[in-house]
Amino acid sequence: MAKIKAAIIGSGNIGTDLMYKLQNSEVIELIAMIGIEADSDGLQRAKQEGYRVFSNGIQAIVENPSMVDIVFDATSAKAHVHNAKILKELEILAIDLTPAAIGPFFCPAVSSLPTSLDIMNVNMITCGGQATIPIVHAINQVADVTYGEIVATISSLSAGPGTRANIDEFTITTRRGIEEVGGADKGKALIILNPADPPILMRDTVYCEVKNMDEAAIRNSIEEMVIKVNEYVGGYRLRQEPMFEGNCVTVLIEVEGAGDYFPPYAGNLDIMTAAAMRVGEDFARKMLTNNMIETII
Amino acid sequence: MTINSGKPILVTEVCLRDGSHVVAHQFTVDQVRNVTRALDDAGMHYIEVSHGDGLGGSTLQYGKSLVDEMTLIEAAVDECESAKVAVLLIPGIGTINELKQASDLGARLVRVATHATEANVSAQHIFKARELGMESLGFLMMAHSVSVEKLVEQAKLMESYGAEAVYVTDSAGALLPHEVRERIKALRNSLDIEVGFHAHNNLSVAVANTLVAIEEGATRIDGSVRCLGAGAGNTQTEVLIAALDRMDINLGIDLYKMMDLAEDIVGPLIPGSQEIRKGSLVLGYAGVYSSFLLHAERAGARFGVDPRDILIELGKMKAVGGQEDMILDVAAELVKKDKVRT
Repeated sequence: MAKIKAAIIGSGNIGTDLMYKLQNSEVIELIAMIGIEADSDGLQRAKQEGYRVFSNGIQAIVENPSMVDIVFDATSAKAHVHNAKILKELEILAIDLTPAAIGPFFCPAVSSLPTSLDIMNVNMITCGGQATIPIVHAINQVADVTYGEIVATISSLSAGPGTRANIDEFTITTRRGIEEVGGADKGKALIILNPADPPILMRDTVYCEVKNMDEAAIRNSIEEMVIKVNEYVGGYRLRQEPMFEGNCVTVLIEVEGAGDYFPPYAGNLDIMTAAAMRVGEDFARKMLTNNMIETII
Repeated sequence: MTINSGKPILVTEVCLRDGSHVVAHQFTVDQVRNVTRALDDAGMHYIEVSHGDGLGGSTLQYGKSLVDEMTLIEAAVDECESAKVAVLLIPGIGTINELKQASDLGARLVRVATHATEANVSAQHIFKARELGMESLGFLMMAHSVSVEKLVEQAKLMESYGAEAVYVTDSAGALLPHEVRERIKALRNSLDIEVGFHAHNNLSVAVANTLVAIEEGATRIDGSVRCLGAGAGNTQTEVLIAALDRMDINLGIDLYKMMDLAEDIVGPLIPGSQEIRKGSLVLGYAGVYSSFLLHAERAGARFGVDPRDILIELGKMKAVGGQEDMILDVAAELVKKDKVRT
């Protein structure tokens, strides 16, 4: 079966984890891995896996514009602003794994599939957003969330230089995601890095203040949502039963990764790359259908 | 005692920021005005005003502020004739947006705080503060939890981002005098910028530790009047001023005025007692972030477990500042274990 060709730009933790995941895709064929440091671990691994490797950043795409139809951008928010312009001009779909938030937000458990291929840039929000927005959405559906607040705690080892240099973008983009995708009237996001050794699993806490408190309905809605997220992130689970106090619901989540690149503690990498792959595959299937129609005509 | 620095010692009063934890972030505009006015009149150098967890800290995780911190900062600036208003910013909680707002309102100094191993999340904030014309200082929290070498490495990062001083921040009140000495000494030997010290009094050595820090050349010193700070509070400012005065170190801060404001203005704000009780003692003993205390006491009551067990467990898990949500998790786990036992 034909596959849609793709490249990853950004050979850090997230890009490298995504590389291993895309090896199993039935609709996307990874062609190239693009970084800026030739001796980075990510590029070395890509070379070993037999992918084309570039260390000149977005210039690699400029020089080989017909190499791919999809670029997964796992650089940094600042770098993506630059990359996005170039990819748009070249009419290449950008799936943005940075918190640059240029294109519309996507969270696979919540967002509906893209209906057209006119969108040329989609944003994956943040790892904290991917882990918590489904829960905010689940609560909002049955209880109307007036305020949603999330705390994402990740192991220090799993936070690369891009995440660290863009921590404000992380909190701001996650907040927007809680509001725009999760449905909270008002949102707030916190991120904490924990250096404990052995490293901790990614933990997320969701606090929601609701208009219509209905404990049973909220419990059911959260349970159903966890099953939905499990379709693409197997290690996503509740740490405790949801807690209720007055008009506030507290949900404690733990995300264990698949261990594709980083060990399982880095659930934050896993949920991001799994979500991006899922969105990428949705687009790829649409592209393949369109290609087929064009061929028939 | 000889002092290993030629620079003047500058004190930051933190009772309106660190003390915000003690009052569950319920400070009113009048309280902030009264305390600031008196401190300014006494000659205090800097007065820190923010939510206890820094700018943007008003949350369900840490407790919502009664009054927007920007309103409190504005009020404090308005009361200051010679003192400068400082703010705290913990990247991951607050952002450059709040920093700009505080700067616009007249805050002149920011301490950018990170866990002792995570200095590199502070680069953009330290840089931005300099750009805004603020004094920009680094604050390495939970400094007891890392080796001296690690602390030096992280302090150097903050220096490279443009920080004008780096603090050894004993958030858990766990450091003993000899540990303060080796940390301050190492930073003084490795940095070209000033070194600061922020204590918590959970083991009753905050003033002693601060004197050691000053002896080793720390010039940016934190205190809280009447120990109005998280846990058992900080270095008690008026006591430190008196001790330094006995050592012929004059900071230009009026001791009698400090005593009076401690008694008449700050004292009435304290809801319980800031003496070292079993909860705050456990913080220092187990090396736990001081602002966890009230949350652990609340969770203890909610789940029917001993707050000390929660705090000891958090210490074992190496929880860092800001992880208040872990308290609920730990309390719920303790209940489960209890059920298995009985």
